[in-house]
Amino acid sequence: MKSTAQALPATAADLPAPNRWGNRIFEGMTMLSVVILGVCFVCAAYVLVEGAWLAIHTYGWSFLTSQQWNPVTENFGALPFIFGTVVSAAIALLIAVPLSIGTAIFLTDLAPLWMRQPLTSVIEMLAAVPSVIWGLWGLFVLMPWLHDHPYTWLNKHFGSIPIFGGPIEGSGSCIMSAGIIVAIMILPIVTSVSREILRAVPDLQREAAYGLGATRWEVTRIAVLSYARRGLLGAAVLGLGRALGETMAVTMVVGNSPKIHASLLQPGWTLASVIANQFGEASDDLQRSVLFEIGLVLVGVTIVVNIGALILIKSIETPGTRRA
Amino acid sequence: MMKKLLISSLLVGLLTLTGHAADTVALTGSGSTFVKPVMDKWASTYSTSVDPTVKINYAGGGSGTGQKNILDGTVDFAGSDGPMSDAQLKSAPTPILHLPVVAGAVVIIYNVPGVTGLKLDGPTLANIFLGNITKWNDPAIVAQNPGVTLPDLDISTVHRSDGSGTTYIFTDYLSNVSPAWQSTVGKKTSVAWPGGVGQQGSAGVSAQVQKTTGGIGYVELIYALSNKISFADVKNAAGNYITASLGGVSTALATATIPADFRFSYVNAPGDASYPISGVTWLLVPQQSKDPVKGTKLVAFIKWIYTDPSAQAMAAKLNYAPIPPAVVTRVLAAVDTIKN
Repeated sequence: MKSTAQALPATAADLPAPNRWGNRIFEGMTMLSVVILGVCFVCAAYVLVEGAWLAIHTYGWSFLTSQQWNPVTENFGALPFIFGTVVSAAIALLIAVPLSIGTAIFLTDLAPLWMRQPLTSVIEMLAAVPSVIWGLWGLFVLMPWLHDHPYTWLNKHFGSIPIFGGPIEGSGSCIMSAGIIVAIMILPIVTSVSREILRAVPDLQREAAYGLGATRWEVTRIAVLSYARRGLLGAAVLGLGRALGETMAVTMVVGNSPKIHASLLQPGWTLASVIANQFGEASDDLQRSVLFEIGLVLVGVTIVVNIGALILIKSIETPGTRRA
Repeated sequence: MMKKLLISSLLVGLLTLTGHAADTVALTGSGSTFVKPVMDKWASTYSTSVDPTVKINYAGGGSGTGQKNILDGTVDFAGSDGPMSDAQLKSAPTPILHLPVVAGAVVIIYNVPGVTGLKLDGPTLANIFLGNITKWNDPAIVAQNPGVTLPDLDISTVHRSDGSGTTYIFTDYLSNVSPAWQSTVGKKTSVAWPGGVGQQGSAGVSAQVQKTTGGIGYVELIYALSNKISFADVKNAAGNYITASLGGVSTALATATIPADFRFSYVNAPGDASYPISGVTWLLVPQQSKDPVKGTKLVAFIKWIYTDPSAQAMAAKLNYAPIPPAVVTRVLAAVDTIKN
């Protein structure tokens, strides 16, 4: 037992070690990158906590549960923003993930070869469109259309269901619009990551399924999707991260109203966009501090949601191999 | 000998260096974005044609930023659309002067198909933004607009989602004309709006109103004038419906009672032709400057703004309402109290 344990490193040591210094420098550099990243995170966290200290001290835990947002009486609570952030991100994921995976399947398995590269390029180009452009397009084109057609229709026929209740304010500025805009914005990243993951599914898997006489749909379902599902969930988590923090486009379509409505067709507000909106004019120390605490809450929400997603991914086992 | 020479040459070098630094004085300011266009114009004109030794940089950033920076002493002057509070002034290491530098107004924009020349009074506006009046054909609106056919249309209110001097002036006015507004909402650069949709900046509010059938919102007069957006006539304290104009703002300012520290509001001012939703932007300047050289240059710059005809012409060209001469005299007396 002992002799084999000693024998193994001995064979490794037998190998010539041409460049130990190079190895050390390489190790040192990678370590340094990690340290720099860690220091950046700690510094950012410190600045947030220090800035938020006054607000934390003033409101305590009730800050997380209060629905008040009144700069005049200095009553502040984060709940409407937490609600708006989580709900709009959830809508975005519900729309973007199925669309992205569908697109990715089409691009890897179904589309004719000549079409794949141009289509991929077009989708990846969408990722380069700046946030503010999406916001303007949303405000001037998408929102009025959504308001006049789907929203009015939903409200008319399904208005008794609280999530489609009225009255519809503004020209379609609401949580739903924010979710839809963010969905469009995260489509490219989720699609390209999903595509890479589907491409990594070994062709052997597909061939085996075809060999068993599976139809195209069955091959996709059994051999491709179930093999890649952990990776696809990972792609969704990437999209989620972006959805939670999206600011400029959201603020233009969400209605910027610090209230919790059951209806998705009524205005709301998100954590990131309230900071962007009010930081410049926050004249007194307490209001500034409150916005720092909102930033801290956003970090907290992001961490909690990501941990939840990781647990979900871990709980799914990948058949065959533990890759992906 | 050699050592002595080295030291003396070093000294000479240092002297020239500091001497050179004293040649140009950099003055920095921050705050109100409302006043930034004219401030930039003044700053560049002043250093090119009046005093080339002064470089003035006005960073904007919002009134709140300006107030914070002047309290921290990180800028030499600030611009603010709202006055600083007593508590803030008490926390300042040296007294801070409020100097009204330009005046502005807030106008009501609306989007009701087929309706132009809308007339509104203060209580009606307050009730619309409180959510008590929800339809365009509400009796309160119809009564003020004889001969206008108002549709049975929902009113959608639009307000600023960012903190803003425009919001300060508008909520100051609503608090003045409506006790209900004062007790439930109050006035500040951002408030807890009873309802409606928020948008960032005058551009955002105006885009939202344009896209919302039945929408109503408020923007700066300058923004509405330069973008040729039509706005409602508002009833003033004398009972006349006034279309906002720079003249109407100056008239209102001339009839206002202004206290010695210049922290005043003149919404709903008396005077037949006064436009009621008006306010001023202040320059915030420490009464005791930390650096005598900078202080002297700053006082000279401020005096130039108030007294030079070309400086005043620049403001008028950019659609700012001027400060009336009687007020300017008082401001200049206050500027003379700045100690260097």
